[in-house]
Amino acid sequence: MLHRRGGMFDPFQQLRSEFDRQLGGVWDNLASVAPRFTATRVFPGVNVWQEGDNLFAEAEIPGVKTQDIDISVVGNELTIKGQRPESGPEAECHRRERRVGSFTRVIRLPMEIDANQVQATFKDGVLLVTLPKHENVKPRKITVSAG
Amino acid sequence: MSTQEMTKANATETTERATDGRGEATRAYRPNVDVYETNDELLLCADMPGADAGSIEIKFEDGTLALHGRVKPRQSEETAYLLQEYGVGDFYREFQVTEKVNVAAIRAEYVDGVLKITLPKVDAVKSRKIEVQAK
Repeated sequence: MLHRRGGMFDPFQQLRSEFDRQLGGVWDNLASVAPRFTATRVFPGVNVWQEGDNLFAEAEIPGVKTQDIDISVVGNELTIKGQRPESGPEAECHRRERRVGSFTRVIRLPMEIDANQVQATFKDGVLLVTLPKHENVKPRKITVSAG
Repeated sequence: MSTQEMTKANATETTERATDGRGEATRAYRPNVDVYETNDELLLCADMPGADAGSIEIKFEDGTLALHGRVKPRQSEETAYLLQEYGVGDFYREFQVTEKVNVAAIRAEYVDGVLKITLPKVDAVKSRKIEVQAK
């Protein structure tokens, strides 16, 4: 099982309150759709799966520049950090739903990772991290010797 | 978080309005947006990560701006996720634009998964500063 480390301090709480206040304003044709993004939701969401000798972690972080993404792996813990810039000046803002500022996610993976071999790509706002399993946890075929 | 809950941090799932190539309703995510207004233009930024830039459709008709970004699946349907916090699918959203907009001059760009649409106002609605002449 995977676990997520949830901190007590939530930098997005204030921002969410801000969203709440701005909802129901002009512009939106789909006001009848409950805006569920205001729920307690971590940013960014992460999907994790495994394939062969690799684990993969994917996150949607649109608007972040490649150089502002910081990925580190220690043992079985993957940390994704980044910074999302403001899209424009607040004074001229009608509606602000996109979360901006810095974010950190720590994902505990179900096995140890070979940190030296971790690779990441970022395209169209989608981050994909390839996490090769550590030699220690790869299945080994044991040959039974006839004795 | 339940793995069944497919709302994204970037979007809210909705089944409304988005249509596939045959005009049939399809499931889509409602992207989060920022909207800005300056004296000259309206600027809309929508989070649409993983969209195929060439397939993004922007329609402006009768004061309604509609965005549709098509997103191809990135993993096979059989993928067994160890952790799944969001789903992948099209983005769709409509807006009512009450400002008078120069439709021919609307422009858009897609960078790092963010769609930015600039809607220039028509000259008549821009606010003007009136100089008072001293006599």
